[in-house]
Amino acid sequence: MALITDVAFQKIMRKRKIRGYVFYGLCLTAVSIGLLMLAALLYNVLSEGLTRLSWGFISNFPSRFPERAGIHAALLGSIYVVSIAGVVAFTLGVGAAIYLEEYAKKGPFASFIQLNIANLAGVPSIVYGILGLEIFVRIMEMGKSVIAGGLTLALLVLPIVIIASSEAIRAVPSSLKEGGFALGATRWQVVRRLTLPYAFPGILTGAILAVSRAVGETAPLIVMGALTFVPFAPDGPLSRFTVLPIQIFNWTSRPQEGFHVNAAAGIIVLLVVLLTMNALAVFLRHKFQKGTRW
Amino acid sequence: MCWAETVSLMGQDKQNLGLLQKTFGIRWKRNLLESAIKYVLYLCAILSIFTTAGIILVLLFEAIQFFQEVSIFEFLGSTKWTPLFASKHFGIWPLVTGTLLTSVGAMLVALPLGLLSAIYLAEYAPRRVRGTLKPILEVLAGIPTVVYGYFALLFVTPILRSISDEIMVFNGLSAALVMGIMILPMVSSLSEDAMQAVPISLREGAYALGATKLEVATKVVVPAAMSGIVAAFILSMSRAIGETMIVTIAAGQNPNFTFNPFVPIETMTAFIVQVSMGDAPTGTIEFKTIFTVGLSLFFMTLVMNLLSQYFVKRFREVYE
Repeated sequence: MALITDVAFQKIMRKRKIRGYVFYGLCLTAVSIGLLMLAALLYNVLSEGLTRLSWGFISNFPSRFPERAGIHAALLGSIYVVSIAGVVAFTLGVGAAIYLEEYAKKGPFASFIQLNIANLAGVPSIVYGILGLEIFVRIMEMGKSVIAGGLTLALLVLPIVIIASSEAIRAVPSSLKEGGFALGATRWQVVRRLTLPYAFPGILTGAILAVSRAVGETAPLIVMGALTFVPFAPDGPLSRFTVLPIQIFNWTSRPQEGFHVNAAAGIIVLLVVLLTMNALAVFLRHKFQKGTRW
Repeated sequence: MCWAETVSLMGQDKQNLGLLQKTFGIRWKRNLLESAIKYVLYLCAILSIFTTAGIILVLLFEAIQFFQEVSIFEFLGSTKWTPLFASKHFGIWPLVTGTLLTSVGAMLVALPLGLLSAIYLAEYAPRRVRGTLKPILEVLAGIPTVVYGYFALLFVTPILRSISDEIMVFNGLSAALVMGIMILPMVSSLSEDAMQAVPISLREGAYALGATKLEVATKVVVPAAMSGIVAAFILSMSRAIGETMIVTIAAGQNPNFTFNPFVPIETMTAFIVQVSMGDAPTGTIEFKTIFTVGLSLFFMTLVMNLLSQYFVKRFREVYE
């Protein structure tokens, strides 16, 4: 075996170190490109849209004149649709998660449901729009209404709620539950008094993330038949509607410069809502984690 | 035994019997409630199966009607897609090439950037930097796609057009680049999870043999996390194929059978949006095309999702 000289070793070592530095530089560049893009996006939107933001923008209906157009109808539509989606998805999703984690016997059936939910989470959102159009709008005859839109989005975010809630429930220590059973509690009593309170922060975080996904969805609602130009506020569950992302899409697609400014202003409102919700999720998780003492 | 004692005993029995009945009643009610709750929860859980079944049935039902009017050979053989014109052609290929152009382009951006970011976060970043970077990347992942569409059409496209005159207002390139930025956080966070799951002892072993940080990252950690990383790639690709708003806004609505990134194209998802916005009457062949295209989309993403789960499973078996 040939031994290498000290000089040769130093040379190779230097090469390896230089390669390491170059790679480190590449990694840093990759991360900074992501951050730079985020910064460019935010700067672009803020510099375009901030001038248009005013009370009138929030309270006006859409108009042919960009300066007079506002997001009143879209904002109300978003609030209605997302509230329905949130309540339905939360109820059904947490129920499903409890069943899967606490009731279902481990076996082929349970793992089939798990696989199915994981796949549903990966179905393109536009396919849910087609489902909503056929099931809610046509077969159940709800029309292209607020309630049909809400239910479509509920199905879309259901897998997110189920997966997050399942993880939160699985993290509850089994000693806690066994203590409950030892005291003679039934399964439901253990779930309601011990498991759910303990898992609540995790469930809540998942629910907020699901709702923030629903707020930003555009494609499924367009396919389902939401309008793009709505000069009225939705007045009930069967009213037709539009939502904020569709309004932004509509303004972005128009050739006039003035509507692009409106789109940017709409995006600012949308991002503020989303960031507030994400911050809320972080805050709630933090608060409840501190408050839980067992 | 005297008479009085017997009477008092009988009374006690009666009391016991009452108590027994009462307990039995409570227990009966409790069991009823328990099983009622169990069934309600069971219904919640199998709703997910109904959803999948609903998707498949709805898509198949209309797609079968579509194929009664259009032969499957034309669908898979023709390279013209003009269902909204007077002379109708139903060859799916222009939509497939449009979809592949944008999604593969997006992956070319997202894979290297996402993987390098993941390596940085998992191997290089100090704890505090990691704690700041991860939430920022999550923000990037949480931005609605319509916002990325705005960014692509009104920010990225003008920059690209100032570089080259060949690039049209609507083009696949801008959509692909922005979509790459959109799925970057997904690639990076899923790959990072896979790398974090590699046992620390493997790294320490490599360091003890005198490996540099680069060698540990690329020759030990990445190979060990490979199946998780592959799963992340496939999942991101499936996300890119199903992505709608960026391509609808920035890539155009012209089903061209081309891989030229500078000209307007149309993806499968963008076509579905186009028909939905055009208010094609129910029952017409134009209307049925969206179900057929939706079915193709659903199966493409389903296969990729199953594939990615297969990889994740293999990965778990190795390290638990």
